[in-house]
Amino acid sequence: MAIVELKNVAKRYGSSGSNAVENFNLTTRDGEFVVLVGPSGCGKSTTMRMIAGLERNTDGEILIGGRDVSQVPPKERDIAMVFQSYALYPHMTVAENMAFSLKLKKRSATEIKAQVDDAARTLGIEQLLERKPRELSGGQRQRVALGRAIVRSPQVFLMDEPLSNLDAKLRVDMRAEIVKLHKRLKVTTFYVTHDQVEAMTMGERIVVMKDGQIQQIDTPINLYEHPANRFVAGFIGNPSMNFLRASHVDGVLEGEGFRLTLDPAHAKTMAARAGDVWVGVRPEHLEDTDGEGNAIAGEVEVVETLGSVTVVQLRVGERFVTAQLSGHRRIEVGERLTLGCASDKLHLFDVESDEVIARNSVSALNAVAT
Amino acid sequence: MTSSRFSNFAFGVLAWGVALLIFFPILWLLLTAFKTEQQAFSVDPTFWFTPTLESFRTALAQGNGYWHYAWNSALTAVASTLVGLALAVPAAYAMAFYPNKRTDFLLVWMVSTKFIPAVGVLIPMFLVYKTVGLLDHPLGLTLLFTAMNLPIIIWMVYSYFRDIPKDIVEAADIDGASILQTLFKVVLPLALPGLASTGLLALILAWNESFWSITMSDHRAATLAVYIASFKSAEGLFWAKMSAASVLAIAPIIVLGWFTQRQMVRGLTFGAVK
Ligand SMILES: Nc1ncnc2c1ncn2[C@@H]1O[C@H](COP(=O)(O)OP(=O)(O)O)[C@@H](O)[C@H]1O
Ligand SMILES: [Mg+2]
Repeated sequence: MAIVELKNVAKRYGSSGSNAVENFNLTTRDGEFVVLVGPSGCGKSTTMRMIAGLERNTDGEILIGGRDVSQVPPKERDIAMVFQSYALYPHMTVAENMAFSLKLKKRSATEIKAQVDDAARTLGIEQLLERKPRELSGGQRQRVALGRAIVRSPQVFLMDEPLSNLDAKLRVDMRAEIVKLHKRLKVTTFYVTHDQVEAMTMGERIVVMKDGQIQQIDTPINLYEHPANRFVAGFIGNPSMNFLRASHVDGVLEGEGFRLTLDPAHAKTMAARAGDVWVGVRPEHLEDTDGEGNAIAGEVEVVETLGSVTVVQLRVGERFVTAQLSGHRRIEVGERLTLGCASDKLHLFDVESDEVIARNSVSALNAVAT
Repeated sequence: MTSSRFSNFAFGVLAWGVALLIFFPILWLLLTAFKTEQQAFSVDPTFWFTPTLESFRTALAQGNGYWHYAWNSALTAVASTLVGLALAVPAAYAMAFYPNKRTDFLLVWMVSTKFIPAVGVLIPMFLVYKTVGLLDHPLGLTLLFTAMNLPIIIWMVYSYFRDIPKDIVEAADIDGASILQTLFKVVLPLALPGLASTGLLALILAWNESFWSITMSDHRAATLAVYIASFKSAEGLFWAKMSAASVLAIAPIIVLGWFTQRQMVRGLTFGAVK
């Protein structure tokens, strides 16, 4: 268990080109479960590999338990890593795979056996100990890879997309199991995924990355409720947030096919601004409405009936808006539909920078009023 | 259906034809070895004759005796293969797992040295060997065979190492293995079939080598190539004796090849079928 600190960490591959990771700053709590999430190629693996020591950081400092490890080789960092490919040793049995690191540390045979048996019991793979990796299913290999990591009782776990080679059902099961394992062992863990659902369900804190840059570091619920920019807003949540370009006049946002009223806190911020904004609305915050107050109207193009929810795509002006309505609705393609959204569920973003336009707090507004 | 059956049959016949064509000289060599010199020299080829071991008897006693040459061939082939592998493994390890910009160039450059005709470096090599006293010395031939086969050995070992996922080597690194521990406990066990094929090929190439053997040795270090060449005499009949000597010279390697052919084929097509 240890606190991991990354200070202004950067990585540049080769001598030229841009940075694969830039200006990465993060301090974990002891025993925290941190998820790195972002689209493919955004630098998640690179960050992970720098913490592991498989790549040297070009810039900045990496501290594990207060010790600067930037120049320390992987085997002296006291970390364990689970690879996407599992990377089990094909010529060794499951037991030998798990015992490998302990044998290298010259632990006694009885101690090794006890630790391997213990880890095997934790992961429910006792009956597989004498098998070779090629005789195991994907899910079993995944467990062995986890077992190999936990027998070492390292300071830090690193997991790079460990579930992406499993089928959907198994992935959900293993997700829960890894979280349980973490609750039990309380080892600081970095977990990489490109799947926002995995990130949201597993992470205590989530680092959202794009093009080598951190976009936002926050708890799952804060990422969902207070995205820092349009990228995070669109990346977190499924279906994705809708964005409409709107002009603003006196606390009212307007565009082709919609008219939305801002809540007092947003209106206060917007009063000081001129020009267009992006307005973001989550599909699940849209509801059927009688057309009073906030309204987005358009022609229905697609209807997906999932039973518990009905997902509708509307053409609003030149854009598509997705709405997720609860329950089963009888909606026909081609029908005109008017949807509403509570004012406090709207997100506003600057059209130039894509950064969020935050609400000024209402109490501040009241203070000005009195 | 019938046309595909016919083409299967046609290809079968063709394959057998080609195989026989390749095999025929060896068959003829084998037959000649059991003939008398007169029969061997005769213009009418005969397949039916009373076999005699006379040529083998003469051949075994030729020069320093067959076993002297066979021993030298075995010694230099085995030693050069072992030295070659010992040098190639670390070289290939570095290139396969820690490649840099120049790795590809280095590989091509190494193999391109094989394009130089051996006679091109014969004079300098001969003079160097003469000066350092390696002429007609088993160590001299061993070094030559090693140098000759090294590019091929490195290339092959490199390609077998490349087939090992990098993740596995990194996992060993994180598990706390040193480079030597990773090499001996992870990489070599995984590449063992490939190393065996590479070793066999190097062994065969060294065993079959004749150019350097004949020019750099004549007595003490003489290999089977020198032994066969010594049957060429200006006068007299020598076809049967030479055939017998050739049979004796290629027999060990053919026996070795026969017993290891599955390994050879598997190793040589390793990358292709996976
Ligand atoms: N070994 C490498 N050499 C050069 N560029 C690399 C290397 N590894 C990754 N990159 C580049 O760095 C960027 C980040 O890659 P990576 O960290 O693997 O992303 P992710 O894991 O988020 O998909 C990508 O643009 C990728 O092409
Ligand atoms: Mg990755």
